[in-house]
Amino acid sequence: MYATTYHRPSSVEEAARLLSGEAKILAGGQTLLPAMKLHLAGPSDLVDIRRIGALKGIKADRSAVTIGAATTHFEVASSPDIRKAIPALATLAGWIGDPAVRHVGTIGGSIANNDPAADYPAGLLGLGATVVTNQREIAADDFFTGLFSTALEDGEIITAVRFPVPKRAGYEKLRHPASRFALVGVMVAETAGGVRVAVTGSGSDGVFRATELEAALAKSFTASALAGITIATDRLMSDIHGDAAYRANAIRVIAQRAVGSAK
Amino acid sequence: MNDAVGIGARVKRKEDRRFIIGSGRYTDDIRHDNQAYAAFVRSPHAHAKVVGIDASAAEASEGVVAVLTGRQLVDDKIGNLICGWAITSRDGTPMKMGPWSALATDRVRYVGDAVVAVIADTPALARRAAEKVVVEYEELPAVVSATRALEPGAPQVHDLAPGNLIFDWVIGDEAATDAGLRQAAHVTEMRITNNRLSPNAMEPRSALAVYDPAEGHYTLYTTSQNPHVARLVLSAFYNVAPENKLRVVAPDVGGGFGSKIYIYPEEITCLWASMKTGRSVKWTADRSEAFMTDAHGRDHDTVARMGFDKDGRITGFRVDTVANLGAYMSLFSSCVPTYLYATLLSGQYDIGNIFCNVKAVYTNTVPVDAYRGAGRPEACYVIERMMETAAREMNMNPAELRRRNFITQFPHQTPVIMNYDTGGFGAGLDAALRAADVASFPARKAEAARRGKLRGIGYSCYIEACGIAPSAAVGSLGAGVGLWESAEVRVNPVGTIEVFTGSHSHGQGHETTFAQIIAGRFGLPMENISIIHGDTDRVQFGMGTYGSRSGAVGMSAIVKAMDKVEAKVKKIAAHALEAAEDDIVVEGGAVKVAGTDRQMLWHEVSLAAYTGHNLPAGMEPGLKEDSFYDPVNFTFPAGTYIAEVEVDPDTGVTEVVRFTAADDFGTLINPMIVEGQVHGGIAQGIGQALLENVVYSENGQLMTGSYMDYAMPRADHVPSYTIEHTTTPCPGNPLGIKGCGEAGAIGSPPAVINAITDAIGNNDLQMPATPPVVWAAIRAAARPAAAA
Ligand SMILES: Cc1cc2nc3c(=O)[nH]c(=O)nc-3n(C[C@H](O)[C@H](O)[C@H](O)COP(=O)(O)OP(=O)(O)OC[C@H]3O[C@@H](n4cnc5c(N)ncnc54)[C@H](O)[C@@H]3O)c2cc1C
Repeated sequence: MYATTYHRPSSVEEAARLLSGEAKILAGGQTLLPAMKLHLAGPSDLVDIRRIGALKGIKADRSAVTIGAATTHFEVASSPDIRKAIPALATLAGWIGDPAVRHVGTIGGSIANNDPAADYPAGLLGLGATVVTNQREIAADDFFTGLFSTALEDGEIITAVRFPVPKRAGYEKLRHPASRFALVGVMVAETAGGVRVAVTGSGSDGVFRATELEAALAKSFTASALAGITIATDRLMSDIHGDAAYRANAIRVIAQRAVGSAK
Repeated sequence: MNDAVGIGARVKRKEDRRFIIGSGRYTDDIRHDNQAYAAFVRSPHAHAKVVGIDASAAEASEGVVAVLTGRQLVDDKIGNLICGWAITSRDGTPMKMGPWSALATDRVRYVGDAVVAVIADTPALARRAAEKVVVEYEELPAVVSATRALEPGAPQVHDLAPGNLIFDWVIGDEAATDAGLRQAAHVTEMRITNNRLSPNAMEPRSALAVYDPAEGHYTLYTTSQNPHVARLVLSAFYNVAPENKLRVVAPDVGGGFGSKIYIYPEEITCLWASMKTGRSVKWTADRSEAFMTDAHGRDHDTVARMGFDKDGRITGFRVDTVANLGAYMSLFSSCVPTYLYATLLSGQYDIGNIFCNVKAVYTNTVPVDAYRGAGRPEACYVIERMMETAAREMNMNPAELRRRNFITQFPHQTPVIMNYDTGGFGAGLDAALRAADVASFPARKAEAARRGKLRGIGYSCYIEACGIAPSAAVGSLGAGVGLWESAEVRVNPVGTIEVFTGSHSHGQGHETTFAQIIAGRFGLPMENISIIHGDTDRVQFGMGTYGSRSGAVGMSAIVKAMDKVEAKVKKIAAHALEAAEDDIVVEGGAVKVAGTDRQMLWHEVSLAAYTGHNLPAGMEPGLKEDSFYDPVNFTFPAGTYIAEVEVDPDTGVTEVVRFTAADDFGTLINPMIVEGQVHGGIAQGIGQALLENVVYSENGQLMTGSYMDYAMPRADHVPSYTIEHTTTPCPGNPLGIKGCGEAGAIGSPPAVINAITDAIGNNDLQMPATPPVVWAAIRAAARPAAAA
């Protein structure tokens, strides 16, 4: 790891001021610190946002759940409010990595990083969430712009994520054998704005909405409605852990299971 | 006797306390004044010419002590790395050992090949300076698959090995075997690959070299399974330091699995650098370096044909294997796919005709050498997949086909060198069938089907050659060293005992099991016995730990030394008690005249030995004996493993739901530790069968260079095992031990794969059986034959 200067601001404004040049936000460090150890990242300054009270905590009402950016996966997985309002989201958070990762990794860090195999991107896109930053609000449909890239500007800080409460939603995941990220992860949701199906782990451009599955589920929100559907392989990735044909089949199978478990 | 701690007692591990409280002392924990750190500049290319090295920016970098290159190493006459087992090709030519310099001089041959060493005041400064070294490469085409490397026009890894062929070796009678196959009523033919594995010891490799200019003496602390062999090779071949001026210490070592048998470029460089710089030099691999440079295991590509007569008896077995040895020949690489592999191809079966051809091949990948089981897992995998597939093809019960071919008379001479001393293969199979409740498998299968799962059962009857090995035998087969073991039993004046053993414990629990055989025999408390290993200055000599040899060979050496101690104890006591030597017995911590109440306590005898006040005429004082034990034969642990799996047909996800092991290890010293060895071995075998795979891209980049891509088994990948033991004591050594360190990893992969192929109805399946691989095999089986 290269030498770096560590800061611990107590407000979003102070954090924003510190974020110039080669400085980077440090949240749970579950992505950033390994990258620094491998010399793949060498930020001049680390701005640790975990002590900023405004970025922490979970608020839920009947229409929406709002999660502070620095909230850990464990806090989301174990939140009674979330388990009640959007159980699929608690399930998703509970399947991220292992306990050590879940106790420090954060929702803000996960979506800012936008790993093509991360779980939260499917959660946000499938549930039609809104990303709140210190500058604006960004719809999930506009937030994830490709592999490891997002609509965030330099120095922009995610402060929270707001999830509308769906009628029902389900998340299922085929775990990557080595990393336990998603080989295929599918969030299905029946929302006020219609059926949404988001797929992670498989897209050659990162998380995406499976419109062919959405159309079928809009007609009938049942697993059997997906039975005959073939997922096109052209936008799917092939790698040493599974080729596009395997992923195409698994997306349908996992989507069916997500529909089956939707609550 | 002390039965509470003696042979067969489940004594808790003495060494665990220091590990559990975090007080183990590993190489990286050792610090010296004036210590500097090495960082290695490694090749980013699989194959390239080194055109030039510009070290000026690195030399000027903060904290840099020295920047060392392969040229300087050659100028200082440091020798090339060698392979210590000579193999001769079928045409009589010797194996072709390509030059391997600890730091590459003009050519790099795999991603990770060390080119420059930077020595600096801290690890971070060394790494930063290493990034400033500019190496100019001219890239060359690379080859990673051994089969591809043999094709005409393939890139040449070493100029002296045309066609990348290291050796083309044969064993057995080819004509008789082919005749046996021609006469067969049925022939099973399979292409079988054995996937390449990364060893993944928990503690990465590490070295700390300390040069004392006043004495011209070197000390190397390092992660070694065999410090004496390291010292021998470092002095005799690599010319880094003379043997009498080199001390090698392997302190606590966190796992090896074979990968820490060998001497690697980093240890050589650290020793040499410490002499050149006058600083102690430490290097500890990070996990990325471990993936990139620790010797890999397996990587065989095999075509096998097995013939059967109409009764299912084997008429001939022909095996043609291509073995990938990577970019250079590692220390024991050549014996793994030959004498540790083909000599085991008879399995548990009475086979008259066996022939095996092995082509060992260079590729632009990490060197391949012994990894837990070493050759024997590859042999077992070929035989046991063949047996299972043949049974299915002939519509026979796979257990029955095996039983019909079992060897039942011992000793048994196979056609491939090995002479099995003893065994009870039918009893092992019976024990496994019973413990696995095979009789009610159909009910379990039906129940799984109701849940949408495909359930399958698979067998594996393994045998291995352990206790490696008789020196004369391995010498005649090409080994450059003898494989005896040595021990010294030193009874102190107060009666406590220190045992100096050449075996090395890096997780095996020797400090417990070795103490048990002494405590049990002399009736002494465990805490009075210390096991000392891993230091060439303290331990007389040794060949180290691998090949499940520490019990069968290492403990036998201790027993021999104990015999001598006991003989002397009896003489001293007989003299003092004025009794006949033959009437003296040692038991319960006392030395007694049998049938009387006359006795001396153990420590009274040891004290007498050292005071020398009243010893038999002519006897030397002291009570310390040593021995060198050379076994008469290999030992042959064997057993039957039965796996049951459930496959999700929609995703190909496979779960091992039951696993039964019935092993014959001969005498068990500590059944708890034996079970631990079996558990760990099976986990590794399940890892190989389902998860683990080293993958290189076509151009030789390592695709599985971290745990993000290299899948290790986790607790939820393995079931609770059912473990049974049958026992036929080994007649070849005093304790009747066969060895248990590798069986789990040897026997389990074919059991798991046979279970999956049973579940999915397709025998054509290669490891690792990942979900996509299994899913594709299910689809292939469902396709009509014409389309396949
Ligand atoms: C062993 C392991 C297993 C894992 N398994 C999974 C898994 O199964 N599924 C999964 O989805 N993930 C997995 N992860 C990743 C984990 O979820 C990480 O926590 C997550 O990717 C990053 O969150 P973090 O809080 O650790 O962010 P950090 O590593 O601290 O930061 C990541 C990036 O986000 C930026 N950032 C952080 N917070 C903000 C913010 N508020 N605003 C703007 N930018 C920000 C940082 O500057 C950095 O660039 C795993 C990680 C590990 C180490």
